[in-house]
Amino acid sequence: MAETHKPPEQFSFRVRRYDPESGEAPYWDEHTVELEPHRSVLEAILQAKDRFDGSIGIRCSCRQAICGSCGVRVNGEPALACHTHLDAALKGASDGVIEIEPMGNMPVLKDLIVDMDAVHWKKVHRVTPWLIAKQPVPEREYLVPHENMVDVTQTMACIQCGACVSDCLAMEVDPGFIGPAALAKAYRFVGDPRDDQQFERLNDLAQDPQGIFDCTHCFKCVDACPKDVNPMGQIMRLRRIATNDHHIVDQNNGERHEAAITGLIRNYGLLHEAELIPRSYGGNSWFAKFTPAAGKELLSSLPVIVRGLLRGKLNPKIAIFGHKIPKDDLKAVQAIYDKVESREQRFELNLYIAGEDEEQGAQASAPRGETPSGAEASAPRGETPSDSTPPADPSGSDYAEAPGGVENPPSPQDPTGEGEIEAGDAAGSQAQAREPGGDERSAGEGSEQ
Amino acid sequence: MKVAYWPGCVSRGFTPELHGSMAKVAPLLDIELVELDRACCTGAGVIAEHNQELADTLNARTFALAQQVGGAELMMNICSTCQGAQSECQERLDASSDYRAQINETLAGEGLSYETGLTNKNFLWLLVEEIGLDELRSRVRRPLSNLRVGPFYGCYIVRPRTRLGIDDEHPRDDYLHMVIEALGGTVIDYAGMRKCCGFPIITMNKEASLKQAGRHLGDAVDAEADCLVTPCPLCHLNLDLQQPLAEKAVGRELDMPVLHLPQLVGLALGLEPKDLGMSRHVVRPTSVIDWSSSVVGAAAGASSGW
Repeated sequence: MAETHKPPEQFSFRVRRYDPESGEAPYWDEHTVELEPHRSVLEAILQAKDRFDGSIGIRCSCRQAICGSCGVRVNGEPALACHTHLDAALKGASDGVIEIEPMGNMPVLKDLIVDMDAVHWKKVHRVTPWLIAKQPVPEREYLVPHENMVDVTQTMACIQCGACVSDCLAMEVDPGFIGPAALAKAYRFVGDPRDDQQFERLNDLAQDPQGIFDCTHCFKCVDACPKDVNPMGQIMRLRRIATNDHHIVDQNNGERHEAAITGLIRNYGLLHEAELIPRSYGGNSWFAKFTPAAGKELLSSLPVIVRGLLRGKLNPKIAIFGHKIPKDDLKAVQAIYDKVESREQRFELNLYIAGEDEEQGAQASAPRGETPSGAEASAPRGETPSDSTPPADPSGSDYAEAPGGVENPPSPQDPTGEGEIEAGDAAGSQAQAREPGGDERSAGEGSEQ
Repeated sequence: MKVAYWPGCVSRGFTPELHGSMAKVAPLLDIELVELDRACCTGAGVIAEHNQELADTLNARTFALAQQVGGAELMMNICSTCQGAQSECQERLDASSDYRAQINETLAGEGLSYETGLTNKNFLWLLVEEIGLDELRSRVRRPLSNLRVGPFYGCYIVRPRTRLGIDDEHPRDDYLHMVIEALGGTVIDYAGMRKCCGFPIITMNKEASLKQAGRHLGDAVDAEADCLVTPCPLCHLNLDLQQPLAEKAVGRELDMPVLHLPQLVGLALGLEPKDLGMSRHVVRPTSVIDWSSSVVGAAAGASSGW
């Protein structure tokens, strides 16, 4: 948190001004205001508007990050003006002047005001953003399992500010893409057990060439969102339910692409790139390359392939046969596939619901050598064969400090027990076990009408 | 330093020059690579999209193999996409001991187990955080003077910021800039440097995918970059291998060479373009750039005869 008792300072900012009706080109307008560093970019704009130039266009209302009106770009990144402290904004300014622009991917109406109706709201309407109730509607309220409601709460946290739409990189080249905000809204109903149209919704979004498979997986919307809605994560869940539970085979190669990568890694352990295109177009089989769709695509890629081969970039042997991991390891990988994919319920650890259960700082982000020592030795180690013991190197490698390695000798027994995990109820409060065949997840199951 | 080295699939398949150049550069930086040749593909986010637990288990297996490499200080990868996919799985694995136990139970058949505390860094992060820019600078034999280099990061290594540990102390989304400077080159900023290359949708929406690649390459051309450098082989596929098609998609000539990060480092450390596989690219850096004038010999006594 920023300190709140710092005296006022001078902050300079420039606003991108544009009035499409004036016929003039956009220009930059610079102002300097005096405010405490914890004040917001919005307050700076409003002060300038009040004192220097009343014609600056900005939309705002609540000033506390709840109404979603004041989405702008600050130093090139999407943000709520009211939710960005001046001191933080100054840090991100390359030349000491905070840069404020209208959001992207939407037409500018005036200065910092963009046309949300023309893009954002139109896309939200596209996904039928209301509940289509299962019949018969119960006389009293629907009862829904708690986890299901917490799950859709993440998308309900959306305040429709348009920050994710502004910086969607797929929309930048393909304006017709339904986009992150609307697709997150779609999940809000797809994930709701009271909704009657899960298959229809997903089929619609999968078959649309600018639907769920048009997302480039760039994480822009994840970072843009001021409310942690994780739109891209919701799009991936829409894909997962569409392909796994409903087996929707779309015309955009989305399902086939997923099946191709998942299948190739099962068969080879590594990605066999040359097989990826034919299988994505023609289906998950070695014979896919002889299908018309794959043939056409391969033909159009032929100049690229030939060039690659001529340069020695593509090794013909690898291009044809692919590369594999050693036989025993491939078997181990396939055993993992068999075990995980044969579970009755697909298992999904949703950190939004579960949170982190330990004081674990041990992610990629953590500086090395700060491995927490208090972690319990809860991980089963089976029989702990000699080759899985921590390295003998005493020079202080991280691995030697891993919990269970030094401080907590590994338990020879699986302390958690096998059945508990398989049943999925062990983690019931922590993770959401998603049922196959979403349509069967009827209101009856959770409703106790 | 000794590292458990995960090269990824594409660096050994369609961009063999990446794996090859890393092998050449490592000894010059005193990095000992212990290759994780038993590990499988990270799934590039697609397996996680299909079944999260499957992706988490496959990657936990890789982490467990890395933890077995005696004396290794950390795990290193040379692929932004691997970094992103692995960080995502590691985040879930590290968040819950129950979940970890469930995953480890599947791995137990092979006698493997993943314990928290594994550090996994892309070569780019390792250069800045482990080797250090000063040390890197001191090893430069041929500074990349007069070479105008545009960084291309790849999405998976810059977003999401929290998961990747990007903050004021670790400005990992600026590291490519810092490395180019340390090697003596000139950094060229352009609009697309942290945007998406389009590769993930190449089979789903080819036109949009190629437009993305073409647009960013075009931005770099307009900013007068001599070449781009990327830590991601999948970006390289769309930016280099597909560049002729990207040119058609955006209707302009591009001719923009794209180097892998170890190639750029290798050049500055004194290796020859050919040894770094630079003649294997679709857009040949060797024919587009006059390396003899772009790369000026260093005071440390560079070998001659480029």
